[in-house]
Parts: sequence; structure tokens; C-alpha cells
Amino acid sequence: MLFKIAVRNIRRNGRRSVVTLLAIAIGAISMVLFGEFAAYIKTALETNAVEKVGHLTVFRAGYFDYGAGNPAAFGIDNYRHIMRMLQEDPQIKPKLNVITPTVSLTGIAGNFSIDTSKTFLGTGYVPSDRDLLLRWDQHGVMSRRVRPPSGLSDRDESLGIVGLGLARVLGLCEPLKLAGCPPRPLPAVANVAPPDATITAMSRIDAADVAPAATGPRLDLLAATASGAPNVLSLFVSRAEPQGARELDENVILMNFGLAQKLLYGRAEPKATAIVLQLHQTSDMGSVRTRLEQLFQEKHLDLEVRNFADREPFYKQAVGMFGAIFLFIANIVGVIVLFTVVNTMGMSVVERTNEIGTARAMGVRRSGIRRLFIVEGAILGALGATVGVGMAQLIAILFNRTGATWTPPGQAARVPLEVMTSEVGGLLLGIWVGLVVLATMAAAFPANRAARLKVVDALRHV
Amino acid sequence: MPSEIRSDAVVQFRNVSKVYDDEGLRVTAVKGVTFDIPRNRFAMIVGPSGSGKTTLLNLVGCIDTPTTGQLSVCGQDVGRLTDNAIADFRSRNIAFVFQNFNLLPVLTAYENVEYPLMLLGTSGPDRRRQTMAMLESVGLVEQKDHRPNQLSGGQKQRVAIARALVKKPSLVLADEPTANLDTRTGAEIIALMHKVQEEHSVSFVFSTHDPQLISHADETFVIRDGELAEHRAGGSN
Repeated sequence: MLFKIAVRNIRRNGRRSVVTLLAIAIGAISMVLFGEFAAYIKTALETNAVEKVGHLTVFRAGYFDYGAGNPAAFGIDNYRHIMRMLQEDPQIKPKLNVITPTVSLTGIAGNFSIDTSKTFLGTGYVPSDRDLLLRWDQHGVMSRRVRPPSGLSDRDESLGIVGLGLARVLGLCEPLKLAGCPPRPLPAVANVAPPDATITAMSRIDAADVAPAATGPRLDLLAATASGAPNVLSLFVSRAEPQGARELDENVILMNFGLAQKLLYGRAEPKATAIVLQLHQTSDMGSVRTRLEQLFQEKHLDLEVRNFADREPFYKQAVGMFGAIFLFIANIVGVIVLFTVVNTMGMSVVERTNEIGTARAMGVRRSGIRRLFIVEGAILGALGATVGVGMAQLIAILFNRTGATWTPPGQAARVPLEVMTSEVGGLLLGIWVGLVVLATMAAAFPANRAARLKVVDALRHV
Repeated sequence: MPSEIRSDAVVQFRNVSKVYDDEGLRVTAVKGVTFDIPRNRFAMIVGPSGSGKTTLLNLVGCIDTPTTGQLSVCGQDVGRLTDNAIADFRSRNIAFVFQNFNLLPVLTAYENVEYPLMLLGTSGPDRRRQTMAMLESVGLVEQKDHRPNQLSGGQKQRVAIARALVKKPSLVLADEPTANLDTRTGAEIIALMHKVQEEHSVSFVFSTHDPQLISHADETFVIRDGELAEHRAGGSN
């Protein structure tokens, strides 16, 4: 009966109830759409990061904080043995998608056909493993993306990929047929710095060793080996690809793991600076990390584990920023819903004062009156939230069909602009429950006022 | 003028006063009245406007509390009850028939009559049986699915009477029940209340000006300036 009375009272003031429902529904729509957009961004960033650096990375202890200064000194000994141990661990094995070693290094890249050089940040991958890493798309957010050719090859370790900016700086626009490169200005003769004599000299020696199968423009890479000796190797650029941020774009070189090892370790024992683990599911990251740390402790291995969020700080920042914006929108929606429901229920209490008096005279307790108005608020909240969430899902699905694209901040290329309509059950439920709770709480104020009315005064009310 | 104390009383006023404090202005609506209202009678509280008869009815109905004195309704000293206990007491023992009918507009005639039984926790089948019996006794079975706005004034008051009596209360309080009805309908309603009073052995207490209604009184209590000015058996002057 309580529910029946509540529903009929809502229908009785049809126009006012519709306005209240619309306010709640519009609030729900804005929260759901932004929430789904934020979820899409978070998922896309996660996917980008996991494709690039896996879920977890094993470093030599201290590498993450100090290794950039001297990566060779933080190499992981017996990395193949460690990888095998991890691959065979019964707790890790079923959750593991890819495990692969990488080498990170810094150095100078030179294109001596035009006497130009530039510092670089290099990473060496096992090409086939990198291809596997790049296929990870647990959430299906990259289904519309066109994947470029790999650019690295297991068979030819001299092939490499450079950032678009680095290709431009090193004069590779023309040989790589890159669009959008501005014409290269001719520097004033007096200001031209002589090419690094060491690189020039060493590259000429090294040129004799270049594999004849390699294609594409050639760069000469100079790096310091673990023993401090300079080492130069040639890299043939198969293609240039955008790296998202200009700083990376002008510095990144991706190369074959073997080439990176030769550059960094020369004739010494080759090591890896990191072991990348990509899992099938991001949700397994915590348990695998715990297991890794447990294993390293048991085996007395001087290794540490970092997750992709540690390695890609932009991910954390972007997720935090979108979270803050979502909270801001949720607060605004919350205040609007609160005031709308308080106003609607407050007017309802005034209009129904006589009925409240009658019900109390018939023996309804104060709590019964309170419950009636709270239930009405909850029903309004539930209806508004249901309509809003449903409408938002419909809008989201239609929007995704438009095929819109955008260029996110810090990104070099346009990407699909989508809102996430799957895997957002928690978000939808959270918004629905939040709005219902809020509407219920908002109804509690006028409900209390109704419950506190004196029966005699309420019956006298006209 | 205090009346004699009766042991079969459904209501007992003992030196009951009611003072309203309206923003510092003290208004004494009832001044230390002591009288009994006998059980199973048609009792009228009459008097001019502002004499305190509605206040007395509110006190009897336990929707207002005396400022001083002792008030016993259906054998219960109502001054000692908590708010919830008073609500429960009203639910079980007291029913109201209002001048403006006060039916819940979102409920049908049937649901309005059924509502007090739901408050008492009566089971579904019993509720349906009692509600239909009561609607039949007031002649509104055909209108059972009508909302109050689809009923005439007389029909509304019949529903109100059915709602009051369905839970078999000890006491029915009616505040000017015929004031919003035409003479013929008013007479019909009085006759109906008389009929159900006899059938159900219920005590009726009215507050009224209506001479037609007063003429049916078994007991008449005349209130003037918040005091019991006269008590007489029957309704004629």
C-alpha cells in the first residue's frame, strides 16, 4: 500500500514529477556519458601503456630510479634463466601473455650523409615479442585502429624505427617519404658544428660491416658500453612513427634487442636492462606482482618490479585528471538533484498537509509518514536514474557509430573518439545507486518535516 | 457545571484544560472540564463557534493533548502514552469522520476503506471480506473502484463512515459531518450513522451545530467559553 500510495502521488503531480525526473535523468546522462568517455580514455591509455611496456617490468634493483644515468651497469644477469623461471611458475604461467627482455640505452644518432646528429633514447625489443605485445587489446578499444607494419625484424637486427621528430631532425623526411615535413633550412656556414669526429671516424670503419640485406636510410648510433668504451653500430630506418609527445618524438629509436645489446655491452656478456611481462588480464597484475616479489625474495634476486602506471606517469595523471573532472560533474549533478527533489517533495508536503493529518489521525506513526515521502523520493530517483542511464547508453551507442576522431592532448595523431559502452556496468550501477541514494536522502528533509507536523495543525491546513 | 461520574464512560475528562500559546499569546480553549461521555451512545458536543468543542473533540481523539488534567479514553489514560503508543491507540480504538471527508485522493473508495485494516495488520483475505462488507453496508459496492473525485459529497461521507467503522473502533468522532452536505443527504448520513451505531455498538461523539443532527443525540454536552455549560440526555432543547 505504501508503494502504491507513493507511486500514485508521483503520478498525481504529473508535470512536477516529470520535471524532477528530467532533472535526475539529465544529470544521469551527463554523468554516464562523461564517465564512459573517461573510462574509454583510461582504457585506451592503459592499452597504449600495456602494449608498450607490458603490465609489469622487472628491473635490477635501483634501475628505475638511477639506471637512466648508466643503464649498462644495471643490466640483469642471467635474464634468460629468470625469464624461464617466471614462465614456468604455476601461478604466473596461466596469466602470462608475453614475457620478453628489453634493453634501454641512450646515445647519439648521426646521419652523416647530411652531417647531422642527435641524442637518442633507445629501446631494444625482440621484434616478434614486440608484435605480440602490440596485439594486446583486452578491452577491444583498439579495434578501429589501423596497425602499421612492425618495422623491426627477427631476421635483420639492423632494422629500426625512429620517432617522427627524430626522423625530421636527422633529415629522413625525404628518404622515408614522410608527409608534413617543413623544408629543411640551410644553416649558416659559420654556425655549422662539425660532426662528431669520433662517430664519423667509427662509422666509416663500421660501414664495412653493414648487412647488405638492410634497406632504408642509415643512421649511425654511438653509445657507451658498460666498460665506458664508445661503440658505434648502424641502424637502417624502416619507418618513422609518432610517439605521442614531442619530447619522445624527437628522441626515440626502437631497435632490435640484439643490436641494442651489442651497442650497450659490446663484446661483454650481453644482459637485459628489463624483463617485460604482459598479462592476459590487467586485473591479474596485483597477484602476479606479489608472486614476482615473493619469488625474488625467496631466490635472493636483487630485482624490483614496476607496473605500467609507474613507468608511464602520464597514465596516472590523466586518470587522476579525468577522475577529478568526473567528481566535479557528479557534485554539480548531485546539488541539482538534491535541490530539485527537496523542492518537489517540499511542495508535495505542503499540498498534502491535510492528508498527512488524516493519516496520522487514523493511526499512522510519524515514521510511517516519513517512510512514505522517502519512498516517493527513492522512486523518483530510481525512475529518473533508470531513464537517464538508459538514454545515456543509447546516446553513447549512436555516438560511437558516427566514427568521430580527435587528437588528444600530447598526441601526434588523430584517434577514434568514443565512449565506452561495455565493461562499464560498475560505473552505470554506481551512478544509478548514487542518484537513487541522493534522491532518497533529499526526500528525507521534507519527509522529516511532514512527520513532525502536529496532527491538529495538519488537519486544520487548507 | 460538572456532570456526574459514570462507570460505563468511554471518555472521562477530569479537570482537563487546554491552553494554546500562540507566539506568547495564551488562549485557554478548555477550562478545567470534568465530565464523562457514556459508551455506545450518540453524544453531541455543541456550542457556538470558538466555544472549544472542536478542541474537546481533538482531545478525545488523542490528536491533541491536555495542558492539565486527566483524560481517559476507552479506559486508557492517554496523557501517559508516547507518540507511537498514541498513534497505535488511535489506530485500534478511534476513528474519525471529518466535515471535509478527508479521503485519501489517490486511493479508490475500496482502498480508502481498506487502509485502516492495513494499518492494523489484518490479513489480506480478512481485509477484503471486511472492506466489502462495510462498503455493502453503506451502499457503495458499485462505486468501490471510484476515486474520491468521482464521488458525490454524500458518497464521500459514506466512504468516510465505512473507513471509520471497518476496523470496529470503540469510538467514532465526527466533526460537523453534515456541514458540507445538503439537507437530504445530511439526513441520509445521519440515518446511516444511526444504523451502524446500532449494528456495531459503537460510541459516536459529534461536534456539531446542525440541529437536524442534534435532534438525534442520546446525550448532549453544551460547551460555552471552554466550559461545560450544560449536559442533558437526548438532543432536544
